[in-house]
Amino acid sequence: MKVLVPVKRVVDYNVKIRVKSDDSGVELANVKMSMNPFDEISVEQAIRMKEAGQVEEIVVVSVGPQQSQETLRTALAMGADRAILVKHDDVVEPLAVAKILKGVVEEENPGLVILGKQAIDDDSNQTGQMLAALLGWSQGTFASEIEISGDTAKVKREVDGGLQNIEIKMPAIITTDLRLNEPRYASLPNIMKAKKKPLDEKSVGDYGVDTAPRLTVVKTEEPEGRKAGVIVGSVEELVSKLKNEAGVL
Amino acid sequence: MYRAPVDEIAHAIKHVAGLSNAIDNGHAGELSEDLVDAILEEAGKFASDEIAPMLMVGDQHGSTLKDGSVTTPPGWKELYRNWIDGGWNALSGPEEFGGQNLPSTLAMAATEMWNAGSMAFGLCPMLTMGAIEAFEAHASDELKAIYFEKLVSGEWTGSMNLTEPQAGSDLAALKSRAEPQDDGSYRIFGQKIYITYGEHDMTDNIVHLVLARLPDAPAGTRGISLFAVPKFLVNEDGSLGERNDVFCSGLEHKLGVHASPTCTMIYGDGKFGDKPGAIGWLIGEENRGLNCMFTMMNNARLAVGVQGVAIAEAATQKAIAFANERKQGKSPSWDGEGMAPIVYHPDIQRNLLTMKALTQAARAICYSCAHAIDMSKTGSDEDRKFWSERASLLTPVAKAYSTDIGSDVASIGVQVHGGMGFIEETGAAIFMRDARIAQIYEGTNGIQAIDLVQRKLPMSDGQCVAAYFDELDSILEQLRTSNEPAFGNSTAILSDGLKALKSATDWLTEKSKAGETQHVLAAATPYQTLFGLVSGGIYLAKSALASSGAKDRAALCRFFAENHVNGAVALQNRVEQGADSFESAAASLVD
Repeated sequence: MKVLVPVKRVVDYNVKIRVKSDDSGVELANVKMSMNPFDEISVEQAIRMKEAGQVEEIVVVSVGPQQSQETLRTALAMGADRAILVKHDDVVEPLAVAKILKGVVEEENPGLVILGKQAIDDDSNQTGQMLAALLGWSQGTFASEIEISGDTAKVKREVDGGLQNIEIKMPAIITTDLRLNEPRYASLPNIMKAKKKPLDEKSVGDYGVDTAPRLTVVKTEEPEGRKAGVIVGSVEELVSKLKNEAGVL
Repeated sequence: MYRAPVDEIAHAIKHVAGLSNAIDNGHAGELSEDLVDAILEEAGKFASDEIAPMLMVGDQHGSTLKDGSVTTPPGWKELYRNWIDGGWNALSGPEEFGGQNLPSTLAMAATEMWNAGSMAFGLCPMLTMGAIEAFEAHASDELKAIYFEKLVSGEWTGSMNLTEPQAGSDLAALKSRAEPQDDGSYRIFGQKIYITYGEHDMTDNIVHLVLARLPDAPAGTRGISLFAVPKFLVNEDGSLGERNDVFCSGLEHKLGVHASPTCTMIYGDGKFGDKPGAIGWLIGEENRGLNCMFTMMNNARLAVGVQGVAIAEAATQKAIAFANERKQGKSPSWDGEGMAPIVYHPDIQRNLLTMKALTQAARAICYSCAHAIDMSKTGSDEDRKFWSERASLLTPVAKAYSTDIGSDVASIGVQVHGGMGFIEETGAAIFMRDARIAQIYEGTNGIQAIDLVQRKLPMSDGQCVAAYFDELDSILEQLRTSNEPAFGNSTAILSDGLKALKSATDWLTEKSKAGETQHVLAAATPYQTLFGLVSGGIYLAKSALASSGAKDRAALCRFFAENHVNGAVALQNRVEQGADSFESAAASLVD
């Protein structure tokens, strides 16, 4: 089976995000970028499945600017086999990404697509679901355990109330959650090998997708800072405040 | 907690040291800038996420000794295993034996990150690196076949056994002896002290490199030979055989690097094996042991310099983070509510900027030295000689200046933390304790200064140092023509600094030629500091000039020039006038 793993280049999770001075978005100039952490989990999952003999080839794909090549090389260094960069310099929304990925899926015919449940930059949590809908494939989102056997996949999903076990038909879309695995570090020999692995460049035009944004960003602002707390005199006062002021009881 | 400054390190090796030029001019093999970035990035992740969290654990537990066996701190063994599984030990080893043969600049960049995570951890591979270099240059093919691949991968570690109680800086006094056997091996007897990772539980074998004397060897340093002595003898099929007659009899109780076991090693006590004597094999020629050691000396000394940079970086990051969180008092530049974060106080800013500038200046010197080592392995004979001399010139400065500032910066870091800095739990004091040894081992900084003034300045009849000053001059010329206001008075101050350095150099050369050794030796340390200060300051300018548009580098260069490099003239005075004052005052010191 071939697995397709889409990866996104995002602001590194260690970077303190700053809003641009004109409130139009987040400052990206001279900011460290790296692979979306959920996508690292997806790549790791694909590699583990390959190590277990369930997967023959891992193809990673990214939609983004030329620098997304670095993100793809990271995935190759972790253990993916080849990469596709669909070059696009402007903002691209989840629906457009899903449409482009649909094109890639039709070209590559993978038996499984593993995506991060969301990207830590816009937190959309949409691409996997949209891709499943566009392809008419089954989906198992927020996976914390995956077990493939023949035509079906058992997915343990992290849902609000706890864990939900589902069985879905292959080919399928799976999106990964935090607890699925702990991604490996790329080893030095694999980093060296990664530069020789194939990386194809494509353009959005190759898939005939209109990427014009459907949304308009009105304003981006910093979250409100934490307000000073109050010291309560008694348990009764605490309960009353939780009930009447906070409204959580 | 420490996060590897990957971009800063990449900038320093590419644009200050010159790796980008080397890549462009075909001096760096298949290496590309992308690959450099990818390697640094991944090494940085490992150092930040795996090594750094172990720093305090290692410091608190330390390594312990029981019945001749050393137990490293909890988690240390797994950490080392993960690290060699990542292939990091093999970064610079020869390809034929499983190494990646990457340049010294990259190896040193990685060394900085491991040591910033934990110097006590970084020490182990540093010693193995020394053993690898000695093996590569001098070991026989038979020895290489047995040991080399496992040293390159890090599956076995190496240790360096030079010091004995009566032979520290002066190895001529060493007494350990080696008796030739009929089968071509030797039996080693003697006691070695201060042996870093001489015994540990992280790998199943250790290859000790031991300096010892043959029975008929001449006295002094020309009678010392180098031997490979494994902890466990190796069978023909590569499996481990009997325990060799060497063991660890004691661990030192130290100021810092607690996790790194500092061992007293006893060779040939009859504790193991059928008859006394640790079995060893000669590396290189008889009586040429010290020469073998010298081939790796440049790299080892540079690596220690890089430890200074590493500690300085880690201490700086911690202090800056603290100063942004800790709130005390009011500051003219703080208009927020309540007390000002101490980073707004000018005196704290002076401290933090000093830390930052010293770290980057020392880093630039170290990586320039590493680059010179790389360049000495490529090009025409003439080029090789030029770069090899450049590396030799910069090595003592890289070692001494960087470890001096490592200690200084760590100490300022404690200061920034105020009372909390003195409390171990805060984690600022550990840097100060760990940093201190780097000024002492691998040739004390005083020895480095003597090496600089007596051996290095006279190279190629002064042409080597002159060419280096020309290079610094050309950076100043670029600075002059840049007309960038953010540099403030940097141009004038750095030019005066270089003038002071040149004058001091001329003065020393004159005194050397006149045979006034006393003056030369007395001036050595202030001269070395002057050398580091001025070249470091000019490298900060080079770093800023190489990043167009980034004003913060120019601002840091300006801070360093206007607050530190202007002390160069005072150092020049100290060089030229110090010796006389010693002479009159020193009489009171001697019993």
